[in-house]
Formats: sequence, structure tokens, C-alpha cells
Amino acid sequence: MPDADVIPFASPGDPDRAGGAVGPSKAARLVGNTGPQPASPTVPPASASPAVPAVRARRSTDAPDVPVPVASEPHEVITDAEIPLDGEGWLEFARRRISGDYSVDDFGFDPELTDRVLLTLVRPLYRSWFRVETTGLENVPSASGALVVANHSGVIALDSVMAQVALHDEHPAHRHLRMLGANLVFQTPFMGEVARKAGHTLACHPDAERLLAAGEIVGVWPEGFKGVGKPFGQRYKLQRFGRGGFVSAALRTGAPIIPTAIVGAEEIYPMIGNAKTIARIFGLPYFPITPTFPWFGPLGLIPLPSKWMIHFGEPIRTDHFPEGAADDPMVVFNLTDQVREQIQQSLYRLLVKRPSAFG
Amino acid sequence: MGRTVLVTGVSRYLGGRKAALLAADPQISTVIGVDVVAPESPIVGTEFVRADIRNPVIAKVMGEASVDTVVHMGVIATPKQAGGRSTMKEINVIGTMQLLAACQRTPSVRSLVVKSTAAVYGSGPKDPAKFTEDMEPRHSPSSGWPKDSVEVETYVRGFARRRPDVSVTTLRFANFIGPRVQTALTAYFSLPLVPTVLGFDPRMQFIHEDDGLEAIRAAVLSPRQGTFNIAGRGVVMLSQAIRRAQRQTVAVPSLLFGTVGRTLSPTGLADFSPEAVRYLTYGRALDTRAMHRTLGFDPAWTTEDAFLSFVQRHDAAEVDVA
Repeated sequence: MPDADVIPFASPGDPDRAGGAVGPSKAARLVGNTGPQPASPTVPPASASPAVPAVRARRSTDAPDVPVPVASEPHEVITDAEIPLDGEGWLEFARRRISGDYSVDDFGFDPELTDRVLLTLVRPLYRSWFRVETTGLENVPSASGALVVANHSGVIALDSVMAQVALHDEHPAHRHLRMLGANLVFQTPFMGEVARKAGHTLACHPDAERLLAAGEIVGVWPEGFKGVGKPFGQRYKLQRFGRGGFVSAALRTGAPIIPTAIVGAEEIYPMIGNAKTIARIFGLPYFPITPTFPWFGPLGLIPLPSKWMIHFGEPIRTDHFPEGAADDPMVVFNLTDQVREQIQQSLYRLLVKRPSAFG
Repeated sequence: MGRTVLVTGVSRYLGGRKAALLAADPQISTVIGVDVVAPESPIVGTEFVRADIRNPVIAKVMGEASVDTVVHMGVIATPKQAGGRSTMKEINVIGTMQLLAACQRTPSVRSLVVKSTAAVYGSGPKDPAKFTEDMEPRHSPSSGWPKDSVEVETYVRGFARRRPDVSVTTLRFANFIGPRVQTALTAYFSLPLVPTVLGFDPRMQFIHEDDGLEAIRAAVLSPRQGTFNIAGRGVVMLSQAIRRAQRQTVAVPSLLFGTVGRTLSPTGLADFSPEAVRYLTYGRALDTRAMHRTLGFDPAWTTEDAFLSFVQRHDAAEVDVA
């Protein structure tokens, strides 16, 4: 339905790498969930074996402070966090959580909570509700830092959550996406708390560079509220890309930029109106009116089950620029445009490939 | 000839221990302790001078003893300690001004070490994950001890400009914690029912009391010009710390937090001032690279271990009482 007015003017010069990768991903989904998926986060499986020693490698939570720069270490972090998933029962997990016996990193990222609880809660949305097809994961490095830049849409930022699930579940190295969010996120009760624990931090230069230098995958949504809160009529039209701060962060750390396109989030809450007065009263950037919200109350919060596709595009290298390029506005503007253009093209390609908005 | 060190605020726990530690050091021949009240028990190896740093007597003391190093630990954190907010402000700000004036007049002074606090960074939703020393606060502290500390630091910077021959070291400490030290935060964690801000879980960083004193010693023995964050490695979340301490919590909406907090803390030792509430809402963490690299100081305790040492001691004390 909504795809009709989209005209892909990109020549399909890009080999159908995306299409090729769809196959295994689909197959993997048909096979079913990989890894043990407990039915409920609170009920421990009967087979919880206390015989398995809960070897919990204490990871250094202070990696950025150590003078040794970059690389491999953050990757260890992820594998360590995976260990209890297989070796430890839910009962033991709950016991440790209640006694506070776990570690968070300097950003407040709680890998255990994220892996075992938060991602488990949103995974059904990813697999069954939106039936997300993720491609281009080979463009995301397994051990080093990179900056994932994606389009933003959907009234509430479910697209970023789905990108996090995609990278964690489908990437061979199970990478955690560390997103940069607006300060509104961190001053909102509960939302800020969960965002920190899921590994996200404030969108600012020091944090972006600290994460990239530590070899993390950092996610930015440069359209910000202009993107999430845009009317349905403007779907899949990229908004202005902030001030290009993300580009200079990548330039300073030499991390590649991965232009990422997310299709599907535009249709979950088609925003047909914006109650600006109400938004102003609550101090919100916008107050959405959709065909179901606020008319149906909390029911209106259920996202429509659109069909999603996420494509991680070809990385744009930033390590070959001369020293000081991050402070050269021209370089930054050009790179920003290049990233934006690449995401827009990628969006058009995915839209053509998608059978229908809810197919 | 050994060095002569003057320490302010010696009658309180940390100042007293600091003075004794310095007195035991072979490189230091004389330690002069200054405070308005006498210490509860005499500090080994320290000459105690009962003087108010708010009046110019201090300059005479410094001149006569030809003091070469001044350790300023006299900034008071809670009004309770001083007997009121206005006295506290006077001791903190006017006291520091007088002390610095005395330092400026005393030619023998070679180095000044100031114990400041990480609270000068304030806390709020626009904060970066970790503060480096050169960052401006995004939410400047507007009251209480943090604001006093900001002013103290301003005067210290002014002094550094006027006496470029003096090495000035400002140490911004994370919250002290440990088996013996008593602060507003240890009082908070000792409450029978610990209030937390509904929907927020701040990151916290601690420095073990022994490490904190060690850091001051490092700064006294090999003076390094500049400002340094001092904190143990890593962070803990408030929720995690409370679980470690096995305390019961009550989540309170931020608007009511101060009122509820004060009700729950009848002794008034725990701090529920607006700045403290902001810290308990948003938390804060420090970048300590300069501490490792330039100051050459590595804390022996991580944030987590320092907190555990407090919890263990605290539990033992409760058993004693029982």
C-alpha cells in the first residue's frame, strides 16, 4: 500500500548481496529460535543444574580508563556475558541479581540483564510480530569499533531496539549495540534507567569517542526527534542529519561508519496528526495522533505488525583522512551527505524488495 | 632538612588520619594540624594548633614554622558538622580565602594540596558518562557543599595564578567510603529504609578511605600541578549497592524525595539537599586517566570492593550492638 509512491532511481549497480543474504536468515528463522529460550523469565527451568559451576569471569569494567587503547577486549566482554546463559540456571541467576553480585561497565551497561531479560522481552517483537529480515551483517566488524548510522522513524524508537536485537542475535559475534540517545531519554523516569542498563548513553562527543575507542559498536540516529516524530506522509524521507557530530566522532577515532537502513518502523504507528499543545504541556517534542492512539487508550499503543527489513550497508572508512579532518567542516559535511545518501538509496532498495507493508 | 606540612581540618576523621600518616613519613619532619576544635585524641607526631582558618592568625602560624606544604582538608560537607548552613559556608569559603591569603604571604610555601570533590561537576541528564578534569559542568551545582567546593576551587585557581612558583594540586574525590569513615552517604546507606528516586538508578563511584589518604600523600610527596579526579575503578549502580548492603528500599517520586528522605533520617546525618537528590537521581562517574598517568596513583580498591569493605564493617558493627 504505502510503497507505491516510492521511486527507486538507484541503478541496481549494487550486487544483490542483500538478497543473497536473505536466504540463510529466513532459513535460520524457519528452523526456530537458536539457543535456549526459557518460556518465562521468572520461572527457572527444572533442569537448572547446580553442578555446573557458575564460572563468572569478572570483566574489567574500566576498559576506557586503561591506557592501552582499543581492540579485542570488548569482544571478550560479550563472550563472558554469554557464559552464564548456558552454564547457569535462572535460579542461580536470580540469586546473584538479588544479592547484587554482578558488574556493570562505566556507562552503567549491565550485559547480563540485557542478555537474559531485556532482549528476551523484545525478541518476540523482532521474530514474530515484525518478522525482521536482517541483511548485510558481514559489514559489521566482529571485534573492532564501528559507528552504525540509521534512519529513525516510528513515533517511539522501536527501530533502534530492533537494530540492537538484530546485531545481538544475528551477528556471529553477538555484538551489543551501544546507542547514543537524547538527554530527554535520560531524564525520563524508567526510560533513562533501562537505557543505561541496556548499554546506551547520552549523545555527546566524549561518550561517542570513548565507546568507539574501546571497540564498541555505537548506534546513532542523527535525525533524532525530527525522524521519529515525522508525519506518515513523509515516510522513508530522511530528515536533516543534525550537525554531523557523529561523523567527527568517527573521524577522531578512525572507526568506520556503517550506513544502515531500517524499513518497517514507519508503519507501526502511522502518525496522522501532532497535538502540539499537548506536547508543549508535557514538555515532549511531539504528541502523536495515529488511527488508534489516543482513541483506543492503551490499546492504541500496540504497534501495527508491519514487515521489517534492516540492512547494514557497506562501511565508509574514516581512517584514511588526514589528522585534523574531524575539525574540517567541509570533510564532515561531505561525509554526512554521503552517509545520508547511502541510507536513502538503501531504503529505496529495501522498499522495492518488500512485498507489502504488512506482508 | 625534612619538610614542614600544615594540615587543616585535622580534628575530623580523615584530616586526623592524614596528619598522622604524614607525620610517620621519613621525608616530613614536622606536621602542624589546624582546626577550630581540638581532636578527640592527640594525633601522633603532630603539633596541634587551635586556630580558626577564618581569621588571620593562621598566617602567623605558617610564617613562624616556615611551612612549605599546605594540605587543605577543611571543607565541610554537611551543615550538621558545622552547626548550620551559614557557619558551614563561612568556614568553607571565607576559611579558604584566609588560608590562601596566608599562603600567599608566606614565602616558604612551595606546594598546596586541596581536597575537593567530584560534586563540583554536578549531576544531571546531560552529563557525559565520565567527566574528565577539563570538562565544564553541564548542570552547575547551585547549593550546599558542591557549590562551596566550586567557589573554593575558583579561589584556589586565583591563588595559583598569583603564586606561580607554588605547585597547586586539586584533588576531586569521588565519595569516600570504607569501614570507618562517616559521611552523609554512609549515613544514607545505613538508613533502615533507604529511599531511592522512582524510575532512576544512578551510577556511583567510590574511593576507599585508605586510598583517598594515599592519594593526598602521593600529591604531597611528589607535587604535580593540576586538577585530578580520584576514584576507584569501575562503577556500581545504586540499586546494586543497596542489594549488596542488604537494605530495604522505598522508591519515591523525585518531587517528594527530599521530604520523605528527611523523615526517614531522624538524625539528619544523611543528606537530602537538592544537590544530593540530583546525585541520587542521575549519579556521576569520573575519568581517572590523569590520576593514573600524571599523578602516578593507582587505588588499591575498586569502587565495588571499597563499598563491600563498608558493608562488611557495617554488618559487623550491627552484630556487636546485638
